[in-house]
Amino acid sequence: MPNGLADFAGILLGGVSAGTVLFIVSVGLSVTMGLMGFVNLAHGAFAMFGGYVIALAMNRVHLGFAAALALGFAATAAVSAILERLLYRRLYRAGELDQVLLTIGLIFIFIAGITMVVGPESQPLRLPPALQGQLNLGFMQYRTYSVFLIMVGVLIVTAIWLVFDHTLIGTRIRATLDNRGMAESLGINVDRLFTITFAFGSGMAALGGGLGAEFLGLDPQYALKYLVYFLIAVSVGGLGSIAGVYSASLLIGVLDFVLKFYLPEGGTIFIYALTILLLLWRPQGLGRKET
Amino acid sequence: MTEIRLETRALSLRFGALVAVDNVNFKLAAGARHALIGPNGAGKTTFVNLLTGVLQPTHGRVLLGGRDITGETQAARVKLGLARTFQINRLFRGLSVLENVCIAVAERVGAASAMLYPTGRRTDIIDEAMDLLAVLKLADAAGQRIAELPYGRQRLVELAIAIGLRPEVLLLDEPAAGVASAESQVILDAIERLPEHIAVLIIEHDMDVVFRFAGRVTVMVAGTVFAEGTPREIEADPEVREIYLGQPAERAGPKPRQRV
Amino acid sequence: MTAAVSPGGPTGGPVWLDHPAARVLIRRHRLRWWELLPWIAAIGVYFAFPDYLGFGTELLIVILFALSLDIALGYAGIVTLGHAAFFGIGAYTVGLLAFHGIWTEPISGLVLAAIAAAVIGVASGLVLLRTRGLTLLMLTICTMALLGEAANMAHAYTGGFDGLPSLPIAPVLGAFEFNPLYADTQYLYTLAVLLICFVFVRALVYSPFGQSLTGIRENALRMHAIGAPVRGRLVICYAVSAAIAGIAGGLWAQTNAYVNLSVFDLDRSATVLIVLIVGGYGRLYGAFVGAVAYMTLSHFLARIYPTAWQLGLGLMLLLIALFAHNGILGVGEALWRRYGAERAAP
Repeated sequence: MPNGLADFAGILLGGVSAGTVLFIVSVGLSVTMGLMGFVNLAHGAFAMFGGYVIALAMNRVHLGFAAALALGFAATAAVSAILERLLYRRLYRAGELDQVLLTIGLIFIFIAGITMVVGPESQPLRLPPALQGQLNLGFMQYRTYSVFLIMVGVLIVTAIWLVFDHTLIGTRIRATLDNRGMAESLGINVDRLFTITFAFGSGMAALGGGLGAEFLGLDPQYALKYLVYFLIAVSVGGLGSIAGVYSASLLIGVLDFVLKFYLPEGGTIFIYALTILLLLWRPQGLGRKET
Repeated sequence: MTEIRLETRALSLRFGALVAVDNVNFKLAAGARHALIGPNGAGKTTFVNLLTGVLQPTHGRVLLGGRDITGETQAARVKLGLARTFQINRLFRGLSVLENVCIAVAERVGAASAMLYPTGRRTDIIDEAMDLLAVLKLADAAGQRIAELPYGRQRLVELAIAIGLRPEVLLLDEPAAGVASAESQVILDAIERLPEHIAVLIIEHDMDVVFRFAGRVTVMVAGTVFAEGTPREIEADPEVREIYLGQPAERAGPKPRQRV
Repeated sequence: MTAAVSPGGPTGGPVWLDHPAARVLIRRHRLRWWELLPWIAAIGVYFAFPDYLGFGTELLIVILFALSLDIALGYAGIVTLGHAAFFGIGAYTVGLLAFHGIWTEPISGLVLAAIAAAVIGVASGLVLLRTRGLTLLMLTICTMALLGEAANMAHAYTGGFDGLPSLPIAPVLGAFEFNPLYADTQYLYTLAVLLICFVFVRALVYSPFGQSLTGIRENALRMHAIGAPVRGRLVICYAVSAAIAGIAGGLWAQTNAYVNLSVFDLDRSATVLIVLIVGGYGRLYGAFVGAVAYMTLSHFLARIYPTAWQLGLGLMLLLIALFAHNGILGVGEALWRRYGAERAAP
C-alpha cells in the first residue's frame, strides 16, 4: 500500500478510535443533559474517578481488565447516583449559573480527593496481552487496541439504540426527552428515571475513562484537561441525540488526528473555529433528540 | 370616516397541519373600543401575538396606521405606537412598582440608552410614572417590590406599563382575569378613562365587561372570525349562543368554557 | 403612611417627588459614606503593608476583572466562562506594542487595550448573544480557546508558550517609573485606574441604561414589549464589559512587565467567576468583597496546602450553589433584612 495512503488510513483509524473514546465518555452527558437540562461540568470528573477505580483495581488488586471495567462502571454509577439524589436534584429548577458553580465545585473536590488519596502522578494502565500489539487488517497492520476500541464503540451505539427502541425504560427515556410534563402525567416516575439515567451515563463515562487511559492518560487534572472536548462533542452533537454525539465525537477525533499530523502547530484552533461555526449555524446541535 | 389604526389582511398562522389563526381580516379604528371574545383555544392570544410580533404569520399582513409592520420586531412595533398587556403578568418582580413603570416611561422618551447620568436626575420620568400610578390607585404601593404585591395589584402595574407607553393602539389580554372585584373595578375604570383617540382591543371572557366597555365585538372560533357586530347584535345571534354551550347570552358572569 | 403630595407643581398638579418611593429612586445614586471605605483601606494598605504591594496590585487587578464580569453577568445575566478572552486581548495588545517597541506609554496603552477588547466584544457579542444556555456557554469558552490558540500559533510575535518577557513600560505621566523589585508605583497606578473605571461602572449601573439592563435580566420578554432594543443593549453591555476586562489585562501586562498564554486560560475565567460569586454578583461591591476574600485566602493557603485549598474551595462552591448563591453580600443583605426588621419592630 502506498505510504501516503497507509499514513492516512492510520490517521483515520487513530482518529476514529480516539473519537470512540470521546463518545463513550460523552454519551452519558448528552443523554442526561438532554433529559434534565442540567449543565453538568463534572462529567469529566466521573470519567476520571471511574478510570482511577479501573486502573487501581488492575494495578493494586490485580483484577482482570473486564472485571476492572465492570467494577469501575458500578462504583461510578453508585457514587453518581448518590450525588444526584443529594445534590443535583436540588438544582434542577435553578439557573444555569448555580449548576455551573455546583459542578465546578464537584470537579475541585474530585481532583483534590484523588490527589490526596492516590497522589498526583499519572496512573499507568497495562492492557491485557490479548489487546496489545498489532493486528493484521489485511491491507495494513494496526494497533490491536485501537481496532478493539472502534468495535466496542460500534457495539455500544448499537446496544444503546436497541435499548432506546426496544425496552420499556428506553421508551420512557425517549418520552421524557420529548415532553417531560406529558411523561409525568402518563405515570412515568421521572425522578427515578433521572437517577437511573444519570447513574448509567456516569458509569459509561467511567468506562470511557478506563478504556481511554491509553490515549488520554489518567492523572488528577483529567477532569479539567478534556472537559472542553466532552462539552464540544455534546453541544455540537445535540443534547439527547445518540447519533449526534457519536458523529460529533468521531469528527472531533479524526479532525484532531488529521490536524496533529498535517498541522502540528495549533491544529486545535480549527476544532474551536468549527465548533463556533456549527453552533452558530445550528445552536441546538447537529443531531435530533431521540424521541 | 375614522382612520383605521390597526388592520390585518388574510392573516394566518399554521403549524404544519394545525391552523392556529386562519385568514383573519380585521380592522380597528381610531378611538375604537373593541372586544375580542371566543372560547378557550380559539386563537385570541395567538392573534394578539401575531399583531405584536411575538409570532410571525405564515400568510397575510399586519398594518399599523396604514404601514405594513408584518416584518417588524416587537420592539419596533412598540416604537410605532402599539402596546399590549399580557394575559399572565410579565413584570420585573425584583424591582419596585415605581421602577417598573419608570423603565417603561424611560424607554418611551428615549432616555433608556443614556449611560452617564443617574436615573434619579430624570425627575420628569419619575413624576410621570407616579402620576400614572396615582390614576390606578397604586401610589401607596409605589415603593413595594412586585413580588410582595397581591395578584390584582400586579395586574394594575401591568396596565400602568402599557399606558405609560402612550400607545396609539392598545391590546389588552384579559386585563381583569383572576382579579378580585375591588381591583377589577379600578382596572375597568382606568380602561374607560383611556384617552379617546387610542384604539383599544380587549380580549375578554366576562360579558359584563364587554357590554360596559365595547362598541364592537368580534367573536373568534378556531382561529377564524366567526361573527362581528355590536354587543347587542352578538348577544342576540343564535349561533354565537350555541358556541357558548346553549347558555343564554345574559349578563350572568363568566360563561362555561366550551371544550374544544 | 400617607403619600406625601405637595400641591402646586409647575403645572399646578400635585408634585410626587416627596413620595418615599420617588425619593428612593432620586437618591439612589448618591454617595454613601461607607463607599469611601474601600478606597481609604486601599491607601492604608499602601502605607501599612509596603512589602505586600505586589500582592496588592494583583488583588486590585482581580477586582477590576471581576467588576467587568459583573457588568455582563450580574446586570445583563450573560453566563460566560470565556471572559479571559478579553483579559488576554488587553494583555497582548499592551504586550505586543511594548515588546516590539511600537508603544510603551502606559495610560494610552490601556486605552488601546480597552478599544481592542471592545471591538472583539462587539463582534463576538453580535454573534454569540443570539444564543442562550449551554450553547452560549460553549461559544464563550470556544472563543476564548480560539484566541489562545491563535496567540500560540503566532508565536513568532507573541513568544508562544514562553510569552514576552521584560516588557519596556514608559514611566507613568512621564515621571513615575515601574520598579520591578518594589511595586509601589504599580500599586498606586493600578489603584488610580481602578478608581476611574469604578466611577464609570457606578455611573453606568445607576443610569437609565443600567436600569434597562436590570430589566432585561429580570424579564427580557417584557423589555421587548416596551420597545427596548434588547439585543443592541446586550451587545453594548458585553462590549463595555469586554473593554474593562481588557484594561485589567493591560494592567496585568504592564505591572508584571510580562505576558504569556496564561492570560487566555479557562482557569482564569473560572477563577474570576468564583471571585464574583463569592462576593455577590449584581451588587457593585461584590467584586471587592469577593476578590479580597478569595485572594487573601488563596495567597496564604493555596501556597502551603494546595490540595486542601482546592478541596475547601470545591466544598465552598457546593455550599454557595446550594444555599448562598448571592455570595457574601447576599448573606449580609438577608441577615440585615431579618435582624434589621426585628430591631425596627417594637
